[in-house]
Amino acid sequence: MPSPAIEVRGLRKSYDGTEAVTGVDLTVDEGEIFALLGPNGAGKTTTVEIMEGHRARTSGDVSVLGHDPAKRERALKERIGIVLQDTGVNRFLTVAEVIDQYRGYYPDPRPRDEIIEVVGLADKRDELVRRLSGGQQRRLDVAVGLAGDPELLFLDEPTTGFDPSARRNAWQMIKNLNELGKTIFLTTHYMDEAQFLADRVAIIVAGKIVAEGTPEALREGLAGDARPTYSVAPERAQELQQLAQSKGIELIEVSTGKPSLEEVYLSLTRPADDQPESGAQ
Amino acid sequence: MSTAALTLRQLRYENKSFWRNPASAFFTFAFPLMFLVIFNLLFGSSDFGPPGSEISGSTFYVPAIAAFSVITACYTNIAISTTFLRDEGVLKRVRGTPLPPLSYLLARMFHATIMAVVLVAIVVVFGALLYDVEVPTSNLVELTGIVALGAFTFSALGLAATAMIPNADAAPPVVNATILPLLFISDVFIPLASAPDWLESVAKVFPIWHYSHAMLTVFEPSGAFEGGNLWIVGAWGLAGVALATRFFTWEPRK
Repeated sequence: MPSPAIEVRGLRKSYDGTEAVTGVDLTVDEGEIFALLGPNGAGKTTTVEIMEGHRARTSGDVSVLGHDPAKRERALKERIGIVLQDTGVNRFLTVAEVIDQYRGYYPDPRPRDEIIEVVGLADKRDELVRRLSGGQQRRLDVAVGLAGDPELLFLDEPTTGFDPSARRNAWQMIKNLNELGKTIFLTTHYMDEAQFLADRVAIIVAGKIVAEGTPEALREGLAGDARPTYSVAPERAQELQQLAQSKGIELIEVSTGKPSLEEVYLSLTRPADDQPESGAQ
Repeated sequence: MSTAALTLRQLRYENKSFWRNPASAFFTFAFPLMFLVIFNLLFGSSDFGPPGSEISGSTFYVPAIAAFSVITACYTNIAISTTFLRDEGVLKRVRGTPLPPLSYLLARMFHATIMAVVLVAIVVVFGALLYDVEVPTSNLVELTGIVALGAFTFSALGLAATAMIPNADAAPPVVNATILPLLFISDVFIPLASAPDWLESVAKVFPIWHYSHAMLTVFEPSGAFEGGNLWIVGAWGLAGVALATRFFTWEPRK
């Protein structure tokens, strides 16, 4: 059994009396990709920033690679990489210079050209940061997060604002990093991102984890609430429809496969009074 | 690497990026010279000071603008640029790395100090070439000391000032509003022969008046350096360190 990279128990955070995080428990194992999924304002960024040492918690226990991040120890910062939404780098340096600058902060950095290659900025290595496009700057953000060759990488909404092909590339990059043995903790509000990347997913709503498990298990878990789905061989689908019709059974929807993670997510994050009434149509 | 080695390394990157922005670099150096030239055109031929110990306008303005150079390179520059870096998330990014926060801030202060030294040197050379104001060779130690003290105090106050600047857009007006009135009432831009006593008393609460007057005596042809009141400048620097330690923030403010 691998030891957990991150362990969070009873985490709470309040700002001026309002609770942003109201009791989060999480375990992230070494070597896995863990996604924290939730709508905007659910407490994702607060939770991840507490793990990174950027914020102090109100109560609870947090252990990251065996350290308490609130102590802001250099020994921990040398082993993690952080990619946030609202951080920047010096805009008057080149891509290669910025990466070298950050590599210099770590005892055992990753080779510069390897980093540039991994994030796909090889043709921009001598370009000033201020001349990069938004997507390229985001990739540079990831590159800077990789500078110290971290064991654990935090990615806060890594593909927000990406076009579809850039997202696919970013996903592949994250998979590749994971294959190199990195533990990856990512937050996202994209269902497909969590479904594609994550070994395990936790869904956070209003500062609380409402579901946790593999994407598969979460989809299975919703089966109880879901409409029954019958699967037949594709070529006999029409036959089934005719049969239903002849018996006076209305088929509301014909679909294939399990509910998507998106359906699971929407059913969990929707306010209770917003649930559609069954049989309304 | 030690904190000192990391600071030096960081200083190199600060310096590199400074020169990558030629417009900013040019005007950083041209700005004090513009004041030197303009004030000399306006008042260079008048004599200032109490009867019996008058000095020429030029002899007044070279040290005054040297003092102004230290203040603008350290206080104004650090307060504005650090606020921008804060709101661009550069400070937050650095704080997530193993670089000791002190190394980062010291590198910025040292970079400002280098700018101050270069500016003072330019002002002194200009003063000698254009206005016949003697290079204070007999007071070089005092000059070095006063530049170092000013760099410390005004950098520390610049860092402390960022705490009260709500966002990057507000940085230039807030910084100018805190510094320009003091420059006018502290015998830097205009010698206040006929200022009311109370105004001079107000000016003497702040470090600039004492700083510019001590700088003036560095250039005194008689060589009589008077730095007795520089402890007030140093005290403001320590207050700046205390305030920055308590209130400085690394997070962007929205």
